[in-house]
Amino acid sequence: MRHSLAIVGLGMMMAALQMPLTAQADPVDDALVIDDLEMVTRTKAPEGHPFDEVRSGWLYREAETRELEADSFQNPGMLYVEQGADIWNRIEGPEGKSCASCHNDAAVTMKGVGANYPKWDADAKRPINVELQIDKCRVENMGLEAYKFDHAEQKALTTYIKNQALGEPVKLDLSQGELQSWWDRGKELYYTRTGQLNFACASCHEANSGQYIRADHLSQGQANGFPTYRLKQADMVSLHNRFRGCIRDTRAEFPKAFSDELMALEVYVTWRGTGLSVETPSVRQ
Amino acid sequence: MIKVTRFLCAAFVMHAGAAFADDTAPDKVMYEDFSVQASLTGKAGDPVEGAKVFKDRGLGNCLACHQNADMSGDLFHGTVGPAVDGVADRWEPAQLRAIVSDAKQVFGEETVMPGFYSLKVGKDVAKDKAGKTILSAQQVEDVVAYLATLKE
Ligand code: HEC
Ligand code: HEC
Repeated sequence: MRHSLAIVGLGMMMAALQMPLTAQADPVDDALVIDDLEMVTRTKAPEGHPFDEVRSGWLYREAETRELEADSFQNPGMLYVEQGADIWNRIEGPEGKSCASCHNDAAVTMKGVGANYPKWDADAKRPINVELQIDKCRVENMGLEAYKFDHAEQKALTTYIKNQALGEPVKLDLSQGELQSWWDRGKELYYTRTGQLNFACASCHEANSGQYIRADHLSQGQANGFPTYRLKQADMVSLHNRFRGCIRDTRAEFPKAFSDELMALEVYVTWRGTGLSVETPSVRQ
Repeated sequence: MIKVTRFLCAAFVMHAGAAFADDTAPDKVMYEDFSVQASLTGKAGDPVEGAKVFKDRGLGNCLACHQNADMSGDLFHGTVGPAVDGVADRWEPAQLRAIVSDAKQVFGEETVMPGFYSLKVGKDVAKDKAGKTILSAQQVEDVVAYLATLKE
């Protein structure tokens, strides 16, 4: 009996030696300060949330990745913020207008705005995110066409606008229009299993957040840092692109960007991050 | 005679995910007392092949969720499931066959472990995976044979 206990002990020690590869399942306890502004990376979850504490994906990343995000001079996503500023001020289209023609200085007019999307669009009778709001302005006010999904300029401009809300807590007003029913639908989708592997969003980001799936430390799957600079792709990744990637990884067909399904999911997933600071452009591996 | 051939063809098509027509079809696997007694292929599994299935990201990718001291040379063991060290001391081969074929039959609907030889899958399955199982019957037998070697 003693003997077998000793063996079990040895097994646990061996498991402990593997720690750097696998365990250390807890997110770090560290403060994220960007340009002297402290981000809220942990906060009490809103009423009706499955977790007690809402946590930024930043807490789950490797030290080098975390440092890149914390330093605006190093953060490769800041190049896209600069590009976005150029597009903001660039006159384009038959009306001879730029974004700035109507909205002036984004640092003033767009401050905090990105923290409150998706919003209800009374004209379209559906939720609208920053990308769709940009398209709306292009079509209705500038005489231009909507951007193709994930067009480089769409990502840069979205990154720029969201960056004006850096540090602001995410907060949706679900009493707008029928936003609440889209939240309901998004919640249903969040718990629906898809694909040959039969996973729901909740299988990875709720039941197993904090665990490792291969090399990936599973976070709560929060939306507050999007668009995100992904080192692996060396490019900005939009939220709907990320959703589609996660759905594809269950070996399922994935919905179109800005489809009703993904808009509902965006409403619900964004709500799950209520109170976290907008971190755009966040950095992920 | 023509009828017989047609029948055989139909049976073969139904086995799209499996390699051989005399494998037990996924929906014919008999789960009793959290076990599947009969081999899915009638042939013994090969533990060396099974170890490959366990690691390979395109096959079982079991290492994505399970730590395995026997594979300490490989990087990145997941922690979603329990470590499989000594798993053969805890489970009989017939139970391991049930766990790998359709973990939900053993652990309940809530488990996140995929059913590797089951067609009870999620919605909107990718077109190239529709009607197919993740592993073939022989690959399940190979993995079971490999797990049966994991004693402490
Ligand atoms: C098989 C596991 C798995 C499933 C299922 C899954 N994800 Fe993910 N997801 C990941 C991994 C791995 C990452 C990258 C590491 C991390 O941030 O968790 C990720 C990242 C994310 C991120 C980025 C988080 C950040 O901080 O950058 C979001 C948002 C996200 N997932 C949403 C979803 C949604 C919504 C669903 C369901 C439609 C879903 N995921 C399903 C594995 C999964
Ligand atoms: C997405 C995660 C995931 C994958 C992939 C996965 N498993 Fe599992 N497995 C689990 C979980 C979780 C459990 C524990 C049962 C539970 O709590 O639902 C489990 C339990 C087991 C057990 C019982 C372990 C014990 O000690 O009781 C065995 C054996 C097993 N899995 C083998 C495999 C094999 C072999 C593969 C690949 C062919 C595999 N698993 C792939 C998640 C996974």
